[in-house]
Amino acid sequence: MIKYIGRRLAIAIVTLLTILTLLFVLLEFMPGSPFNDEKLSDSQKEILYEKYGLDQPLPVRYKTFMINVITKGDFGVSYAIEKNAEVSKIIDKRLPLSIRFGLQALILGSVVGVILASIAALNRNTIWDTMTTAFSVLGISIPSYVFALGLSYFLGYKLTKATGVSYFPMTFDLYKPFKSSILPTIALSMFVIATVARFMRTELVEVLGSDYVLLAEAKGLNSKKIIFRHAMRNALIPVVTVLGPLTVSLMTGSLVIERVFGIPGIGDLLVTAISVNDFNIIIAVSFYYSIFYILMQLFIDILYGIIDPRIRVSKGGQS
Amino acid sequence: MSQVDKFERILSTEDFQKDVVYEGVSFWKDVYLRFIENRGAVIGMILIAIITFMAFFGPMMNEHSYKSKVDNHINLPPRIPVIEKLGIFDGERSGKNVYVEKGLDDVYYWFGTDNLGRDLWTRTWVGTRVSIYIAMLAVVIDMFIGMGYGLISGYVGGNVDNVMQRFIEILSGIPNLVIVTLFVIVLNPGILSISLALVITGWIGMSRVVRSQVLKLKELDFILASKTMGASTGMLLMQDLLPNIFGQVIIMSMFSVPNAIFYESFLAFIGLGLQPPLASLGVLINDGYKSILVYPHIILPPVIVLALLMLSFNLLADGLRDSFDPKMKQH
Amino acid sequence: MKEKILDVKDLCVNFKTHNGNVQAIRGASFDLYKGETLAIVGESGSGKSVTTKVLMGILAKNGEIASGEALYKGVDLCKLTKKQFVAFRGKEIAMIFQDPMTSLNPTMTIGKQIKEAVLEHTKLKRHDAKLRTLELIELVGITNPEERYRQYPHQLSGGMRQRVVIAIALACEPKILIADEPTTALDVTIQSQILELIKSLQKQIGLSIIFITHDLGVVANMADRVAVMYAGKIIEYGTVEEIFMSPAQPYTWGLLASVPDMANKDIDLYSIPGAPPNLLYPPKGDAFALRSEYALKIDFEEEPPLFKITDTHYAATWLLDERAPKVEMPESLKKRAQAMAKEALAYGSK
Repeated sequence: MIKYIGRRLAIAIVTLLTILTLLFVLLEFMPGSPFNDEKLSDSQKEILYEKYGLDQPLPVRYKTFMINVITKGDFGVSYAIEKNAEVSKIIDKRLPLSIRFGLQALILGSVVGVILASIAALNRNTIWDTMTTAFSVLGISIPSYVFALGLSYFLGYKLTKATGVSYFPMTFDLYKPFKSSILPTIALSMFVIATVARFMRTELVEVLGSDYVLLAEAKGLNSKKIIFRHAMRNALIPVVTVLGPLTVSLMTGSLVIERVFGIPGIGDLLVTAISVNDFNIIIAVSFYYSIFYILMQLFIDILYGIIDPRIRVSKGGQS
Repeated sequence: MSQVDKFERILSTEDFQKDVVYEGVSFWKDVYLRFIENRGAVIGMILIAIITFMAFFGPMMNEHSYKSKVDNHINLPPRIPVIEKLGIFDGERSGKNVYVEKGLDDVYYWFGTDNLGRDLWTRTWVGTRVSIYIAMLAVVIDMFIGMGYGLISGYVGGNVDNVMQRFIEILSGIPNLVIVTLFVIVLNPGILSISLALVITGWIGMSRVVRSQVLKLKELDFILASKTMGASTGMLLMQDLLPNIFGQVIIMSMFSVPNAIFYESFLAFIGLGLQPPLASLGVLINDGYKSILVYPHIILPPVIVLALLMLSFNLLADGLRDSFDPKMKQH
Repeated sequence: MKEKILDVKDLCVNFKTHNGNVQAIRGASFDLYKGETLAIVGESGSGKSVTTKVLMGILAKNGEIASGEALYKGVDLCKLTKKQFVAFRGKEIAMIFQDPMTSLNPTMTIGKQIKEAVLEHTKLKRHDAKLRTLELIELVGITNPEERYRQYPHQLSGGMRQRVVIAIALACEPKILIADEPTTALDVTIQSQILELIKSLQKQIGLSIIFITHDLGVVANMADRVAVMYAGKIIEYGTVEEIFMSPAQPYTWGLLASVPDMANKDIDLYSIPGAPPNLLYPPKGDAFALRSEYALKIDFEEEPPLFKITDTHYAATWLLDERAPKVEMPESLKKRAQAMAKEALAYGSK
């Protein structure tokens, strides 16, 4: 188990360093970076260069960049969005909100997805099964931003107009953190629900037809015990794999959800930064997204080890 | 026949001892039969055909172009000849016929117009072309890069496989979104950066599937038999390996299509994809979103086409998977 | 006469499939006496595994019992609902499956899987249940029970896992044990160990065993009586001596002749020509006639009834009708079958 986690950690670190290097290279050769602006006079450029250490040779700059990022999380200052504000401070303000919505959606989506899948797999080829399958195909087919638009239009706008009461606010409001986060969370979790339900149903159907479930049945266990003790855990193992792709879709989802519902998170920040060419922010947000993804993958690998003894306990011996 | 005759032995045994050959069904025919029976998959395929047809010929069906702006024609609701007599699609909004009000008695915009007076019918189908292009690109990438990478990695094995797999491990550690973002800022938003981002990231899943299939097949007796009988590598790949992984490859590439279509439209929606006046479904949805509260008709056509297209590809992929892998099919 | 514990009469089972109705069992009858081992022999697809699934109440969802009954202690197992069956499964009738590699839950320790069965059917407290589990692990011949208790299936070899499966089956002291090809997936040396284990357990506990196999060597070794199954029917049954020394059905002849003979290596291995019939379209008359050298005209018209040969020996073939020409098993086959029977019976004598 220790060897297994060690290997995963090593890969994660290499990936992270690769990404950082890639970001550094981009920063250097970015066609439209402010340092290459032709309107700047030579002396102005020199001052800028000195200020940001750009007069140093490339390897030194690379070292400074890496050390600044790794030890202090320092990505320099913003050029456009909040002129000369430190990027790390801007992100610190917005990060918790994005993480909160991501986690809410992931948890809500997984729980609902597993429940739906169980209903479908246990009532195979009934109306429940058909409905769940239809729902999950729709859920992965309709893009999250379309869901977001639909929810905000019908529940946020039309319902409010019709009843005169705002049950589901159309935009996020920091002072009504629960009520105004209902719609964005649902919109963001739709894809998670659909993916988990779809995947889990297939696995559960397979596990329910396996020899060991047959043996459990032959033991005389009732179906409740068979499902919870034998089927669920084994069906969940492969489902853990989809958590990786889901994290990515939550990130892309967060970009549009934050935009549609006006949530001041880092997804919204990234979109704005790209439109105004605020490179340091783009790079910092990209870096944070990568860290999330890598951490998530690490977490998935460890989770795997926890629920699957075939990974945790090596063959033949004790753990 | 007398009672005794019945108990006569049949000695000309040859007539009776033949192996009885039951009418068998070949693998591909079986796949075909199962596919045809899958209602969802067939509907998906028909819808894809219709949408593709419309993407190519829809814009030619009326006289409007996708970028011509007419100042007097902004934000017109849909109006379709003949059907308007039924009281729907008659150009009415809040009880008034907008066309008649503006004195445009003979003008018809089947899906209406946007806030610059451009024809939504034409723009929707022109935008669909982008999605179709992306769909084809995704399949091509899967088929060539993904399958090639997986085949080499799995078939050659050893150190080559090791290096190739470590590379994938690192590449797949970088979120797609980050890669696309970087491409967009280096190359500027547009179809090229999206295509390149797809090329970089789109094939990883496929290569993994192909590699594991090749590894599994390599150990099977029939491959070993071919090898011992002196088949060349090329022959092994073409005759023994490819036909056996082809089903998986088709299924995988069908599953990656909706994903690619989504990505393009998503990027366009947040402004990192195609730029107006070019149209893609994402661009149109973004346009419609801006005026959704006042003119909800603008956002509907692209949303419906996009959802139908992705739904169809998902249904088709599901159907293909069930047809190729009858174990997964439940009676 | 020994006490009859199970009586299966005229069992018919159909499976609804994509292509039509498969008549997997077409009227099978047999009985089981207390403390004996009945072997059901046949090629794959002959319906032997389906028969056991009926007795365990674990028939696949697309299968249905069309007619017949299976009486156990006066209860017809065929008429029980899923819920009612829970009382019989494990407690009265237990089962060992073919592949020990897949029949244990990979994410649960060995101990828990056995203890679960103990807790389910006895009133033992947790601690006592654990002791009973350790006892069972030892009973099936696994050393270091304390250590094994905490291990996962992937840490054990195939033979060990089959022992665990047997321990699970024994956990609730069943009256009948159904063993569905319990050694097919194992190495030859492990096979005989497992067979010995089952035999010794039978003696200790007094189990009645239904032993499903296609391996006649194993049959001679294990069984008291043999039922030969073909195309969903039992076509011959009798004591193990009767089946091996004086088989009556041409199919049984073929089966016996096709066992490799280690003593006379120069004789070519015999194989029954053709393949079993497709039970989507069961043939008229004697299902084996198409592949039989001894087919009569009537075989293609009418199904043969079970002819009584002795009090214990019955066979379904028109050759036993008084009007039929006298046909003897060919000399070469006879020699082989008897040589092999002798060897196996000598080995298997209890």
